[in-house]
Amino acid sequence: MNWKLNDLTTHAGEWLRGGGPMSDVVISSRVRLARNISGYPFLTKCNRHERQTLESKARHAILSSQLSPRLLYVDLEQAGELDRQFLVERHLISRPHKDAEGARGVAIGENETISIMVNEEDHLRLQVLRSGLQLEEAWEQINAIDDKLEAFLDFSFHPRFGYLTACPTNVGTGIRVSVMVHLPALKLTGEIEKVFRAARDLHLAVRGLYGEGTEATGDFYQISNQATLGKSEEEIVTEFRRQVIPKIVEYEHQARKQLLNDRTVALDDTVCRALGILRSARLIKSEETLFLLSHLRLGVNMGRVKDVDINKVNELFLLTRSAHLQKIAGRKMESDARRGRISSGRA
Amino acid sequence: MNKCDKCSKQATVHLTEIQNGKTVIRHLCEQCAAQGDGLISKPHGHTPINQLLADFVNLHSGLPTKEGNATCEHCGMTWGDFRKDGLLGCEHDYELFERDLTPLVQRAHENATHHVGKVPRRASGGAGAAAAAAASSGAARKVAELTRLRKDLARAVEAEDYERAAKLRDQIKDAEGPTRADAK
Repeated sequence: MNWKLNDLTTHAGEWLRGGGPMSDVVISSRVRLARNISGYPFLTKCNRHERQTLESKARHAILSSQLSPRLLYVDLEQAGELDRQFLVERHLISRPHKDAEGARGVAIGENETISIMVNEEDHLRLQVLRSGLQLEEAWEQINAIDDKLEAFLDFSFHPRFGYLTACPTNVGTGIRVSVMVHLPALKLTGEIEKVFRAARDLHLAVRGLYGEGTEATGDFYQISNQATLGKSEEEIVTEFRRQVIPKIVEYEHQARKQLLNDRTVALDDTVCRALGILRSARLIKSEETLFLLSHLRLGVNMGRVKDVDINKVNELFLLTRSAHLQKIAGRKMESDARRGRISSGRA
Repeated sequence: MNKCDKCSKQATVHLTEIQNGKTVIRHLCEQCAAQGDGLISKPHGHTPINQLLADFVNLHSGLPTKEGNATCEHCGMTWGDFRKDGLLGCEHDYELFERDLTPLVQRAHENATHHVGKVPRRASGGAGAAAAAAASSGAARKVAELTRLRKDLARAVEAEDYERAAKLRDQIKDAEGPTRADAK
């Protein structure tokens, strides 16, 4: 248990190591379950005392369930703004959870593959995050966590509506399957709209890097299911694993091939410019960094740049975010032009 | 110039209808058309688009219905509250507002109306959804009682009535029963 938030600072979580199937396009696979503890109001109608009781009940259950050999519980009511922003950047808590007030927390385990938000929109939001396309594995892991917590907590359940959630859009399984994909070639060839249309036809949501209401930065998109009722968890996971994601990966591969065949010089120019700026710039905004890293990642994955390690590029997506830079520097930095530089050209 | 079929004033509304395969043309004046067989209610009226949208939303969100006035005895939620921010107040709201919620739930979930998938072990008793239903209805009273006790406890603590709070805490412990792992 001798694990502190600062220990996470200097490296990326397991999910961003760039491993796992289809990792040239699929960054990560996330499965989350929404659960509420029976006999308590949802958080919309909780008073301060009920909120505290729920937080301590959930914390107790999480810490007693032996979910992971090492588990870190962060009390978010006490945590400072920088630490909370840091957790958002690592996808361990949501933005609303960071900005909320009152008793709430997050438990983090297994090299950050597990996170459990306490008192977010629902009493518990369980999340498993893994690198590449590993949805079945993520579902099995989260299902086991849910079983363990169930030994300590009565979850609200209705025979017709399933697991009850504060928002009826999550009711039923309470599952949200979310795959983060990197689609720079589709963006460069202007065909990204086709993916959005196809996703909409399949009733899927396409969101930006940090979920609901965020812009797609650095050509990263999160594809997730919308319907949580009327299909089993396995059906939803399998549909994503076998049909939805492979199709999107195939589109991106076709676009990459097209760039390589028809626009080789333009492609190399885009990639090399990105690397040039990242190596030489002294002041750079975090959005520009993401944009350039995205092009560099495309170049490395397509073999157009040989001397840059893809794992390092993946890590830099995270380590160049503002809260990470400030944690690494050990001080608050005022400007929005914080440095994000690949050092010494070897990255 | 045609005259009104009903009152012989000048006809300004001309209706063509197909009845049993025969074309029937009718000429009406404004007044008769306004009353006429409920065909045209307001010849000059025209509903603004925002009103149309509001009507559509109300129609599809189930208002006004009898649940529209209901207030949850456990959490105080009303259907109006829910429509404002889209979040329910407690597990009992799903029962209370079931009729109004159903069309919304169907729209959000590709027309699905029933849960398929994981059932908590406590509810399943190892025999799937039917057992879950039985266990759930059996447990409903206990859940309601616990909710009430916890509300009372919260109120007692807020009012700094610690004697009453201690009593309620014991009652909650008893009601929760010794089966939960954390009660050990």
